[in-house]
Amino acid sequence: MSVALNIFSIIAIAAGVFFFFAGSVGLLRFPDRLTRMHALTKADNLGLGLVVLGLLPRADSPLGALKLVAVWLLVQLAGATVTQLMARAARREESAPRSSP
Amino acid sequence: MIVVTAVDIELAVLVLAVAAWTIAARQAFPAVVGYVAYGLLLSLVWVRLYAVDVALTEAAIGSGVTGVVLIGAATRLRGTEAEAAAEQPRAFLRLAAAALCVGMTVALAAAVLLMPDPAPTLAPEAVAHLPSTGLGNAVTAVLLAYRVVDTMFESVVLLLALVGVWSLAPDRDWGGAPKFPRPAGQDGVLTFFAQLLPPVGIVVGIHIVWIGADEPGGKFQGGTILAAMWIIAMTAGLVDAPQISRCWLRLVLVAGTAAFLVIGVAGFAWAAGFLAYPEGYAKPLILVIEAFMTLSVAATLGMLVGGPPQQELRR
Repeated sequence: MSVALNIFSIIAIAAGVFFFFAGSVGLLRFPDRLTRMHALTKADNLGLGLVVLGLLPRADSPLGALKLVAVWLLVQLAGATVTQLMARAARREESAPRSSP
Repeated sequence: MIVVTAVDIELAVLVLAVAAWTIAARQAFPAVVGYVAYGLLLSLVWVRLYAVDVALTEAAIGSGVTGVVLIGAATRLRGTEAEAAAEQPRAFLRLAAAALCVGMTVALAAAVLLMPDPAPTLAPEAVAHLPSTGLGNAVTAVLLAYRVVDTMFESVVLLLALVGVWSLAPDRDWGGAPKFPRPAGQDGVLTFFAQLLPPVGIVVGIHIVWIGADEPGGKFQGGTILAAMWIIAMTAGLVDAPQISRCWLRLVLVAGTAAFLVIGVAGFAWAAGFLAYPEGYAKPLILVIEAFMTLSVAATLGMLVGGPPQQELRR
């Protein structure tokens, strides 16, 4: 049983790390601000979600597991809000008339 | 074990790299972003050194609140940044500053590296006397029992910092309210966030204060979380920033220091002297101080982020 759980943990965390990696590559390679932010949200939601999923069997108590899930939910909430605000600011900047250089 | 060592080395290299990048940044705003990232990495270093209390404080205050204050400062200074950059200080001055910094670093490194092995420590003493305080967390015992006078003066320093910020107010705004920058065109995104997060954040903040007696946590970390919730609500415009002349605000600001002083002076009557606790009542008194301090820390940090008053006093 514990072997199976360990394998599950390794697979889930590795998948999470992959999403973080992909998000970082996207942040560096994508052409404009909106797509770059889009890449980052993948790391936040799926990457952290999979890492938390992999850590759940290793939590020392149900309360600890609940805290891990709460961290994931709070990061998603904060990430989504900040990304929205940044994207809106970026769009406003682009639609605003260019000031003379 | 080899993996853990590799991660530690990586962390150390990252901290140094981000520190160098922060110093090298040409503009204030990127430098502040670097500083915040540096603070978060430093929290991880403290966790690796098993100093979780310090890690929490570093994340909450060192990079969190300080980061917000610095971002506000960088934004306000943006207009004058080009002028300031054009006024390069003389080479001699820059060399002197660099030399002083290097000297400081060398002195600190020497102090750490030349320590006798094992390093002198009072940790066993601190743990041995824990039962007399009724606490389970040795860090809290140091802050609120063994070295409680230092903590009292820390609360005074926080107040003085706020008085310093308020003293920057123009005369016509004295007694008025600070202004929190409202992001334009956010169409309720921030409002939704500010309605959803504070109920969670307030519970987490109080929880961190409460467990501080036995586990890592405490008034500064919990108070900072409460302050953050207040700041979010004020930034979203759900609550108005209070006018600094308000009586209730000033009472909340001094509540922590006042609790220290009252319990401290009472120490002459019921124990050996200033801030001495009577036998068996240490923990309840410490919790009273912590509760008042949490309120004061939250209010002070919230007002510090708000900056000097910028709106005229409304009677």
